[in-house]
Amino acid sequence: MSIEVTGAQALVKTLEQLGVDTAFGIPGGAILPLYDPLMDSSIRHILVRHEQGAAHAAEGYADATGRVGVCIATSGPGAANLVTGLADAYMDSVPIVAITGQVNSFLIGKDAFQEADIRGITFPITKHNFLIKNPDDVAQAVVEAFHIASTGRPGPVLVDVARDALTGTTHWEWPIEMDLPGYKPTITPHFRQVREAASMIAAAKRPVLFLGGGVTKARAAEAAAAVVERAPMPVVTTLMARGAFPDSHPLAYGMPGMHGSVAAVGALQRADLIVAVGVRFDDRVTGKAGSFATRAKVIHCDIDPAEIGKNAIVDLPIVGDCKLMLTELEHHLADVDLPDWGKWVDYLDGLERRYPTWGGDPDDDVLQPQEVIRRIGELSDPDTIFVTGVGQHQMWSAHFLPHEKPYHFLTSGGAGTMGFCVPAAMGAKAGCPDSVVWGIDGDGCFQMTNQELTTCALNGIPIKIAIINNQVLGMVRQWQTLFFGARYSNTDLHTDRYPDFVKLAEAMGCAAFRATRPDEVDDVIIKANQINDRPVVVEFVVAKEALVWPMVPAGTSNDDIKYARDMAPEWEEEEL
Amino acid sequence: MSTCITTLSVLVQNKPGVLARIASLFARRGYNIESLSVGPTEREDTSRMTIVALTPDEATVEQITKQLNKLIEVIKITEMEKGKTVRRELILVKIHADATTRTDVLALVEAFRGKVVDVASDTIIVELTGKYGKVHAFLDMVAPYGIKELVQSGSVALARGSRAITDRSKHDRHPHD
Repeated sequence: MSIEVTGAQALVKTLEQLGVDTAFGIPGGAILPLYDPLMDSSIRHILVRHEQGAAHAAEGYADATGRVGVCIATSGPGAANLVTGLADAYMDSVPIVAITGQVNSFLIGKDAFQEADIRGITFPITKHNFLIKNPDDVAQAVVEAFHIASTGRPGPVLVDVARDALTGTTHWEWPIEMDLPGYKPTITPHFRQVREAASMIAAAKRPVLFLGGGVTKARAAEAAAAVVERAPMPVVTTLMARGAFPDSHPLAYGMPGMHGSVAAVGALQRADLIVAVGVRFDDRVTGKAGSFATRAKVIHCDIDPAEIGKNAIVDLPIVGDCKLMLTELEHHLADVDLPDWGKWVDYLDGLERRYPTWGGDPDDDVLQPQEVIRRIGELSDPDTIFVTGVGQHQMWSAHFLPHEKPYHFLTSGGAGTMGFCVPAAMGAKAGCPDSVVWGIDGDGCFQMTNQELTTCALNGIPIKIAIINNQVLGMVRQWQTLFFGARYSNTDLHTDRYPDFVKLAEAMGCAAFRATRPDEVDDVIIKANQINDRPVVVEFVVAKEALVWPMVPAGTSNDDIKYARDMAPEWEEEEL
Repeated sequence: MSTCITTLSVLVQNKPGVLARIASLFARRGYNIESLSVGPTEREDTSRMTIVALTPDEATVEQITKQLNKLIEVIKITEMEKGKTVRRELILVKIHADATTRTDVLALVEAFRGKVVDVASDTIIVELTGKYGKVHAFLDMVAPYGIKELVQSGSVALARGSRAITDRSKHDRHPHD
């Protein structure tokens, strides 16, 4: 039955019908009419301190729960502050919906107060966006936005609503029909292609299953495990897929790429068949174009046909949902005779043994960041959701946290957004209140978005943040060390002087600890794990000079990977 | 560098901002547009664009098509096949033509089946429709008389034969069939 409501009421009712339970945002003039009915709604609105925080929180919520994250901002600067989060969500295919207020429709284009063309601004960083000027169109746009964000290749969708479309009246009823004649993603992979994939695997001598963020997005970890059970081939997982296949599995060789493990990089470089699922052959994984896995045939499955052939030449394309593809592949693998890949596995085991990922020099006086991160992983609940910022601590987190469970590692991969950690951890915890959420952040990243700890403290969102404080913009400094003759231009944050992270955290309502000596590490982690009534910040003052290894210098071949400074692995070129 | 000229016919929902969205996509991904024309179709809710793209290789054409297909408001894309397509562009050109040269210029206009749409004492405006080659041959011929102004539309194109772009939607076909 149709009821007469305002556009704002229609919007809130629609969100409720879509199952939205949480939204992150900040009100302002243009969006104000929406905040009135929101007050009476079942939706929990979390008032953040900066709109960028709202966008990353929506991402964290979405990544952790698998549901669409929602953020709300007002027109102009409010909407513009969402841009970083939208760009991040676009690169990492995170399903979020941003609702922004816009000035009254009759003022659009007149350079009105707090007017910005946020739809135009976000064309290249959203999967789709809407500008709604009529109250009759509000509800349908929101329904379509959620559908587009969450289906096919997920991604951010922005709905910009003019103020008078929120205040004007309309008729609302549920359900609401969509009108998207140009949108119908290919979900089901083609039967013949998948069967061919099984034959290619059966014919391969050195196959590798290469899992990417698409596997995480499709919630396809079980299906991937079933494929490996059926066809025991080596597995590598990209940054976005850490945990999609458990690191403890004997066939797991870790993360490939610029800072990947020697075994994972070697597996791809020496493979004769790469079964790539939900990856996009990012330059951080492939290294210098044309030198990546030159001996391998490539099977590439992705739900987005534009990914296939974009960065890598593909021998067998499969368009479809990764979970359906892997499930179907497992069935087809039952019908083929698989060879023994023992020699290949032995070779990779040898690489793994000879070139373990460097975990820092043991030191009695100075904290090694790798060791700190490893201990946080070891001392925390196995069900802990880990979130990171971007930089050295992120790479160490990718290597040294326990990546045993899928969907438990949230990070900013494609965009590399410093400042992601604190707000994304907040979003993850809001979505999964019963899980422990640990953010592993850097001292640079933390200073970009830590204001959301106030939000956490006030809203009962007890996240835990480890600041891996090396006093510098560590990853950038690492490049200066290696490629700019150790000339440290503007990478020293002087975090040894200001801010005092413990005082800062306490001022925001958090419990706070600091560890400066190796014998203090376990103690502060255990203390942090015991606190559940407020957010906790633990500062680990670590060695400034620590570098992330292995490393493939940008623009070079993966074959030139160094597992420590000036130390290149010997590949032992033998016939496998 | 740009070796491929590709004509794409793109059926889109007739909504505000669609052109900006497509232009933004081309700009962001670094694709070169030779010409773009857009207008209403036989259906009120759709517009049709004819995009002539310059690309270094076939793979780029494929990427352009795939990226365009990802746009929610794009309903259908077809690559217009050479030899099976009627392609036209329109020019309006203001040519120097005084008493001494007018007869010669008019003879050229006649030969190319152009139309004189304005006459002044020392210029004429000619309207000419045709495919790229014809239009440019005409311009080469009249250039010696002096071209004062030239405007040119983008290409518009339709496939020959009875089939229409709407006969099969972009989703009816599996990407790997």
